[in-house]
Amino acid sequence: MNMLDTSGFSCPEPVIMTKKALKDRPASLDVIVDNVASRENVTRYAEATGYSVKRTDKDGKWILSLTR
Amino acid sequence: MKISAERRNLILTGAVVGAAAFILVLFGNPGNMGFCIACFLRDIAGSLGLQSTATVQYMRPEILGLVLGAFIISVIKGEFNPRSGSSPVIRFLMGAGVSIGALVFLGCPLRMVLRLAAGDLNALMGLIGFVMGVAAGSVCLHLGFSLGRTRETTRLEGSAISIISIILLIILAAAPSLLRFSTSGPGSMRAPVAASLAAGLLVGVFAQRSRMCFAGGLRDLFLIRDTTLITGFIAVFLSALLLNIAGGKFILGFEGQPVAHTDALWNIMGMVVVGFGSVLLGGCPLRQLILAGEGNSDSAVTVLGLVAGGAIAHNFSLASSTDGPTDGGKAAVMLILLFFIAVAAISIYMNRRKEN
Repeated sequence: MNMLDTSGFSCPEPVIMTKKALKDRPASLDVIVDNVASRENVTRYAEATGYSVKRTDKDGKWILSLTR
Repeated sequence: MKISAERRNLILTGAVVGAAAFILVLFGNPGNMGFCIACFLRDIAGSLGLQSTATVQYMRPEILGLVLGAFIISVIKGEFNPRSGSSPVIRFLMGAGVSIGALVFLGCPLRMVLRLAAGDLNALMGLIGFVMGVAAGSVCLHLGFSLGRTRETTRLEGSAISIISIILLIILAAAPSLLRFSTSGPGSMRAPVAASLAAGLLVGVFAQRSRMCFAGGLRDLFLIRDTTLITGFIAVFLSALLLNIAGGKFILGFEGQPVAHTDALWNIMGMVVVGFGSVLLGGCPLRQLILAGEGNSDSAVTVLGLVAGGAIAHNFSLASSTDGPTDGGKAAVMLILLFFIAVAAISIYMNRRKEN
């Protein structure tokens, strides 16, 4: 399972990191985000590029499970 | 077409911002200056005695309200998130640079939109520069620019700027003699404190919920072809435009616009600096205020940088007047651009080296 930890980065960096990680169209990717604005932005970007997003809460952070 | 909740929030926020700005001007704020984050922070710098241009000194309650509105709603919604540590000194300096650029143009991105919506075509020059600046910043982000990770910090640190805002509000209400107030010029033009504060609080709440950002809208369009955030930009423009037309305040042209100058080149260059700097900083001056209220100390430091920049702009005659830009202002804009380019280039180089 691919994992991308964007903790500590402010928008828009988590989205750009996600964009780069999705460049080769992996079947799935877990993205850790630690603030709501990034959570919304990464979710929106992933959905716009054809991934479905499942969200799990974890210690004040979120894991966004992206699957194609 | 189904409108997403995010887009709906941004449209609503745009309507609120446009209406609040219109009302504040009716109540006494300077023309097309219902809100101007850079100008108001500069006025605050003057009110605190950090710059001594007699015409631009006032403790603008709009600013205090914006920070506190974002603070209160983020606490209520569980989104208050104290963090710090992402290049604070660089952010401070870049904030000062953005402020000086804005004062060469005479407005932050929000006021640029409000000026456009009132028919001020000089703001169209500003928009051209702003788009170029945001594009340059977006390229840097794409190449790997980053000011680094933040870390969690204490709730006290995260709420420091909000506590300062409350204290300034108390001083404004109870001991105004401690502050300086313009008796003529833009600083003397002000809506009643209660109206300004209420407008600030309201917009602070809406802007926190919607994540409205003027630089972010264009940046997302360039970087990820996403039009969500720019909806807010357009909504502010349309709501202010409709109110200005209905209220007879729409006057199309370059000459005689309120608190504006007609030097196209430096209107463009001032906003290049603002667009470029705002993208590197992760948000326009309005967004920095909101993030500061949410507990982001890096944004709070950026806001302090904007205040310092306002003071520097007036102490060293860098700010434009209605007569046009100053020689110092032109030189400063070029130096700030070089500074931004240097910071971006070094950051990109270091980050790439780390990756390989």
